[in-house]
Amino acid sequence: MITLPHYLTVSAALFTLGLLGVLTRRNAVNVLMGIELILNSANLNLVAFSRFGPGNLQGQLFAVFVIVIAAAEVAVALAIVLTLYRLRRTPNLDEADFLRG
Amino acid sequence: MSAEAAVFYVFAAITVAAAAVVVLARSLIYSAFALLFTFFGVAGLYVLLGADFLAATQLLIYVGGILVLLLFGVMLTHKLYDLNLKSEVTQFLPAAIICGGLFVLLAWPIEVSLILPRIGRVRILGTLWQTSWATGTGRGPAATTEEIGRLFMGRYLLPFEAASVLLLVALMGAAMIVRRRKDA
Repeated sequence: MITLPHYLTVSAALFTLGLLGVLTRRNAVNVLMGIELILNSANLNLVAFSRFGPGNLQGQLFAVFVIVIAAAEVAVALAIVLTLYRLRRTPNLDEADFLRG
Repeated sequence: MSAEAAVFYVFAAITVAAAAVVVLARSLIYSAFALLFTFFGVAGLYVLLGADFLAATQLLIYVGGILVLLLFGVMLTHKLYDLNLKSEVTQFLPAAIICGGLFVLLAWPIEVSLILPRIGRVRILGTLWQTSWATGTGRGPAATTEEIGRLFMGRYLLPFEAASVLLLVALMGAAMIVRRRKDA
């Protein structure tokens, strides 16, 4: 019998892996992939609660909004990464230290 | 094991294994292709949860949109003749300890309890197995597209319109940021 905690466990695994990617990668595009994993884990939680909860569709609607915001976020983030690459000739985040005194 | 459980474990294994490849692969291209399998696995889990519209949306937007955009990002931030699209890893050990600890704290399936003097037995690991979630009647497998459309056009019209304005603003902002200015 597959219950709610099973899905939540998969979602927790996705979240921690995404967090690991965000924390360890130097390449900005790879950090964005980690953020996508985190957003997917949140979505999986929402849909699972929608399925096992009170039986309405609010969770799925919220997940649709999360997908929309993920699309907007990745477009803007890639624009910033491209601008950074144009300025510094590198996609690595730790070399973007323009504001260091 | 029922058929549902078998399908669940297959999709969960695909999702988590591909996510691990995304995070641990040395090459950016391998990461991007593993991300494809993660998105497919999550879409399969959506189908298993009875969210057919959301599974189709996941495939269309994540696989068709976001993943292609990320691949463009990979290609545009490297020189075209650069064959080793490597991504270095920094501070791996502390991050791995933090993330592993977080996962154990959240989802450790085996019971580990402490016996505290006044409170009694307290289960410390695996919060989401221990919590008694307010599960209700649930929603059986039924088509969701029509109801989602009605909710978007009715009760949730304002967030729907706000999301469309947000998308417009974000895409215009992205175009403005990457534009080459003539005076610069």
